Amino acid sequence: MRPAWSIIFFTSSSGLGLGLAAWVVLGFLELGNPVHLLGIAGFTLVLTGAGLLSSTLHLGHPERAWRALSQWRSSWLSREGVLAVLAMAGLALWFGYIYVYGAWPPMWASLILVALIAATVYATSMIYASLKTVARWHHPLTPLCYLMFAAAGGLLAVVWLMAVIGQRADAAIVQATLVLMASAWGVKIAWWRVAGTTGAPSTIETATGLGGFGEVRSLMPPHTSENYLQHEMGFKIARKHATKLRAFALGLGAIVPLVLLALAPLSPVLVGVALLSHVAGVFVERWLFFAEAKHVVTLYY
Amino acid sequence: MDEGDKEQERRIGTMTSLPEASAIKLGLVIDLDICVGCQACVVNCKEWNTSGYGAPLSDENAYGADPSGAWLNRVHAFEAGHGENAKTVHFPKSCLHCEDAPCVTVCPTGASFKRAEDGIVLVNEDWCIGCGLCAWSCPYGAREMDPAEGVMKKCTLCVDRIYNDNLPEEDQVPACVRTCPTNARHFGDLGDPESEVSLLVAARNGFDLMPEQGTKPVNKYLPPRPRRKHEDTPTSLLAMAEAETPKGFWKWVDTTLENLG
Repeated sequence: MRPAWSIIFFTSSSGLGLGLAAWVVLGFLELGNPVHLLGIAGFTLVLTGAGLLSSTLHLGHPERAWRALSQWRSSWLSREGVLAVLAMAGLALWFGYIYVYGAWPPMWASLILVALIAATVYATSMIYASLKTVARWHHPLTPLCYLMFAAAGGLLAVVWLMAVIGQRADAAIVQATLVLMASAWGVKIAWWRVAGTTGAPSTIETATGLGGFGEVRSLMPPHTSENYLQHEMGFKIARKHATKLRAFALGLGAIVPLVLLALAPLSPVLVGVALLSHVAGVFVERWLFFAEAKHVVTLYY
Repeated sequence: MDEGDKEQERRIGTMTSLPEASAIKLGLVIDLDICVGCQACVVNCKEWNTSGYGAPLSDENAYGADPSGAWLNRVHAFEAGHGENAKTVHFPKSCLHCEDAPCVTVCPTGASFKRAEDGIVLVNEDWCIGCGLCAWSCPYGAREMDPAEGVMKKCTLCVDRIYNDNLPEEDQVPACVRTCPTNARHFGDLGDPESEVSLLVAARNGFDLMPEQGTKPVNKYLPPRPRRKHEDTPTSLLAMAEAETPKGFWKWVDTTLENLG
């Protein structure tokens, strides 16, 4: 599949923003100082919102994007839109409550908000995982990857913000971050191994129904230049360099941040570098998620 | 309120969920034994649909270095088997109007829908946001984004011909069917087991494309008829001459020469 920058930015940025939001709502950061409160609220909402806005950039008609909120009964894309709007609104109210009343919102409200945030990330992943036509995506580990990256990236952002606002990070939180990040990449490595091995076993023979005559191959494409389908679904560069790119993703997303976080968990600069490196690694991972995926329609070409 | 909105108005409450399976299932039956790959259906489809339902089908820089455009029907050619028994098959492909159409359920706006009355899958172009997810969900490559309009294009089964009383009766079929010079394309109700198309499918062992994808396509394909195997029939004149037993004068020449040793 063609990796559209707007979609890669959307899934990685809003994933990180929502992951961070979940930990903030669970009370991991001290929000007593109004400057810290506004800064953290802004950072979280901008990360999430920028991702969501970017997702409308690849649309043929962005001005009609509001219509995408209507079909939540059948469409994961619509569900994702509805949940994201609810989560963003809930988050704004949650921060607003603290700003106005100077106290934590009631526990039940926070828990509902965290559930909403998790559901939003899950819905994002299901847009892809629900497609039978891309065997690699149509796997139960796909949503787990998205959820784990959001949680791990979010907690790393929490540790960084702790260093920035001068809130001392417990050893337990740092250790939990290390474990969560390593597990997220562990799930990803598992996904790289198993995804695409399950699902509908379509071949050019089943696609054409001509298998009874022997091996089938394309003799002539139906047109002389690339069409929409080939442009959108026939991306090959990533599959050629998959091993190298996966190593880049792991190096940037796992090894560099794990080492930096283990060595200097209290340094705003080094944890900041760790966070940026993790974001870059997830970016490569997300690029590969699209670019490596093979759509079943390519069997016809 | 335009046609598209009226169509949607009747469906309010069902959203892009699929309707109950319709009794009438309009679709095409494509005979791979007959198609010669002349592309007439492709051209007539584009001609009719560029001025019919929805925005015109774009066709930019058609003779330039980098042409672009949207087509609703395309004809591939495949080769099946190897060597002298290999078969060349021309393979027209357009929307199969699936019963379990994933392109309908993934649509976030309700623009993509399946008609309850005849099973035709359509796009309301005024509602389409051009996200492309329906094209991703289609295993057959039946949908193409219009590069000029930014909305999804697909076969309408010529919904603006088949119910159009202003056209003579023989023209009230999809443009591709009407134009096919070899009669390789048939249009009808595949929900009625007694219809001509259903009988044709039964008689010729019509099949589904990628049944494992679970889309339950309405359109059926008729397989190429098996050809006589190459080894059954001599192919060269020499082999044919050698296979023949001489008679009369030539038999006498043959046996005399044999006897000479």
